[in-house]
Amino acid sequence: MKSIIKGLAVLTIISTALVSCNNQGTSSNGALSSSAAEKVYVAPGEQDEFYAFLSGGYSGNLTVYGLPSGRLFKEIPVFSQFPTSGYGYSEETKPLLNTSFGFVPWDDLHHPDISQTNGILDGRWVFVNGNNTPRIARIDLSTFETAEIIEVPNCAGNHSSSYVTENTEYVVAGTRFAVPVPQRDMAIKDKKGNFKGALTFYKVDPETGRMNLAFQVLMPGFDYDKAHPGRGNSHGWFFFTTYNTEEASTLMEVNASQNDKDFIAALNWLKIEEYVADGGGTKMPTSYMHNVYDEKKHMATSTQINEVLTVDPTEVPGAVYFLPTPKSPHGCDVDPSGEYIVGSGKLSADVTVHSFTKMMDAINNETYAGDAYGIPILDYDAILGGSVQSGGLGPLHTEFDSEGNAYTTFFISSEVVKWKLGTWEVIDRKPTYYSVGHLMIPGGNSRQPFGKYVVAMNKITKDRYLPTGPELEHSAQLYDISGDKMELLSDFPTHGEPHYAAGCPAELLAANSKKIYKLEENEHPYVVSNVADTRVERNGNEVHVFMAMIRSHFTPDNIEGIKVGDKVYFHITNHEQDFDVPHGFAIIGANNSEVLIMPGQTKTIVWEPKKVGVWPFYCTDFCSALHQEMQGYVRVSPASSNIELSWSLGED
Amino acid sequence: MKYLGTLFAVCIAVSLISCGNGEEKKEEESMKIGTTPKKEVVEKTETVKASEIVDLTNKGVGPIKEISIPESIDQAMVTNGAEIFKLKCTACHKADKKFIGPAPTGITKRRTPEWIMNMILDPEGMVKNDPLAKQLLMEFNGSPMANQGLTEEEARALLEYFRTL
Repeated sequence: MKSIIKGLAVLTIISTALVSCNNQGTSSNGALSSSAAEKVYVAPGEQDEFYAFLSGGYSGNLTVYGLPSGRLFKEIPVFSQFPTSGYGYSEETKPLLNTSFGFVPWDDLHHPDISQTNGILDGRWVFVNGNNTPRIARIDLSTFETAEIIEVPNCAGNHSSSYVTENTEYVVAGTRFAVPVPQRDMAIKDKKGNFKGALTFYKVDPETGRMNLAFQVLMPGFDYDKAHPGRGNSHGWFFFTTYNTEEASTLMEVNASQNDKDFIAALNWLKIEEYVADGGGTKMPTSYMHNVYDEKKHMATSTQINEVLTVDPTEVPGAVYFLPTPKSPHGCDVDPSGEYIVGSGKLSADVTVHSFTKMMDAINNETYAGDAYGIPILDYDAILGGSVQSGGLGPLHTEFDSEGNAYTTFFISSEVVKWKLGTWEVIDRKPTYYSVGHLMIPGGNSRQPFGKYVVAMNKITKDRYLPTGPELEHSAQLYDISGDKMELLSDFPTHGEPHYAAGCPAELLAANSKKIYKLEENEHPYVVSNVADTRVERNGNEVHVFMAMIRSHFTPDNIEGIKVGDKVYFHITNHEQDFDVPHGFAIIGANNSEVLIMPGQTKTIVWEPKKVGVWPFYCTDFCSALHQEMQGYVRVSPASSNIELSWSLGED
Repeated sequence: MKYLGTLFAVCIAVSLISCGNGEEKKEEESMKIGTTPKKEVVEKTETVKASEIVDLTNKGVGPIKEISIPESIDQAMVTNGAEIFKLKCTACHKADKKFIGPAPTGITKRRTPEWIMNMILDPEGMVKNDPLAKQLLMEFNGSPMANQGLTEEEARALLEYFRTL
């Protein structure tokens, strides 16, 4: 009897479930037609309105998303080896990861910033910084590949980076962890007064984008945290937040939080540029690497540089000032007009806004509150533009729309607060999930923001997605900010931990995005532009395979005469000249990675065969109906063998 | 109660059995392993290979609608065409024999100039829209012709070179 009842109950539950399934179907259709869903829905075959470049944080890479869909388009390898393409494994790209510490195949990628002309995004390059082993990278926005990486000497923790001035005259680097300059063996407890915080300015070539270290300002040994350039009237200035003006070296949570106010350092780089041009500054021996990728040669080269021009800020009158800013400021953001410098004290409830006009008055009137290591400290009340009484906790970063509104993230209270520049009134606030760090409005750090969406990049994910064990991707949230009130539209995952992002309208980049590399422009020293030139050459135990690939075969696809102990360089040229026909190359037992070769490109991967036998290689990227047939063999003979080198394709 | 449960089990068993019967039958029909298949005599109709078909009216589908070819050969164009052939085509084509794709020798006697140039300039479109191009794809093992991104001028030079082969 019991089981009948049970059976009936089960039946009832099933049928109820079926019925409710139907109901759910109806209601989910309803949800699809809600305005939030419509706003983020990009129909199949249609494209997004904005590009967003999100810092990939400790992945070391930069990710490219579309907005409003939140779809991930590409992961651009920058500071980390990336086996998908062979970046950092191929002979051509290994030099990009050279540093004065040797080959460093990882970094902690932070703040992307798109190049600007007249304070407006020009979409030529995006700059990013490596925090751990201090570096700046430039990514070319026609290829979406890393074009250059330059190291930052005398620096540790390149955090207040890699922001550009309004005509991309300079890209900056800053020191988060003050260190002895030059480095030396000394007691840690003697830090105070003996360490420096270097702020470094790299001149950017307006044609090629090439970076060159112009000068390095050796500031007091505070921690330089974030930065943004002046624009409009404040063009020519650069602003850096500092914390730990206590110069503590241990138990920093407590010891670096003693002073009620730290500083925003204001640097007049135009004045320093002039000083340096007149022969000012001191050359100091050092060592750093400058790695440049040549798009025609498909190859990077490293150059070691052994000298840096340093500037003592007290030697350049009128160039450097400190702006007192409460509670260990983190974000340092300048509004589109250039008048307001927003300093977010991360232990504060309020957001402090300095006025550039008042700052200049205080400088002209010498309204000082004292000095720090000879650098004038301006009077706080004299320069204060206003203060946002937000009611939130832990302000971090601010971006702007084109309507005179600012949007500040609050880490502790997990929210984005919208407020009005000038009146400082809070207009709206929306929760984030959870613990938001950076936020981004396309163009939100320029004279011309595109204030349609804001992306909040959260540090903590918790329950926002299906759980994937203890480790989670981070969560981002997209808000519509076109109205008075912000509207949460969607969630999407990002690589942890996203430190800032840069966005721009799709049309700024899409038309310039390269489809192929032209074969006739390929200047790689091992290119095979004519299939008749494919060959294998031996030089001692070094073997060079000059290989070509096209749908769907390798030339040659049979190679004999390789021996155990050889170092075999496969130089492979993709002969396709059609969009989206890359070929991959993978060979058994390779101790590195595959290489994924774009049309018209040449890449080199090294293989050191360890076992006698006949070993296959194949194409990894499905390229045609005969992709599975895109394969070949290498015969590996014992080291003592005297089999001649030979190679072939087909009967020839 | 117990035997209601048993009844339920029986029902399940019956349904399983009936499923099993179906499968067995199928198996019986398909048991061919190890037996000699009957030799069926198929009437062989003489089919001409797509590559051997001569079609001097079909202009193909693509950017080239009509082109006039002068009687004389333009030697400068031939030299240029031969160079392009070497750089962009030899990964798959040999001038005088079948390789991955067909040999261009004699092609101008089997195809119209327009068809040849359309095949060079838009191979994807041709395979999709031109029945002969489609047949060729099958004859050459489904190996697609790559679009090498040539200009009309370059395709024209190739055509001139092919006229000399």
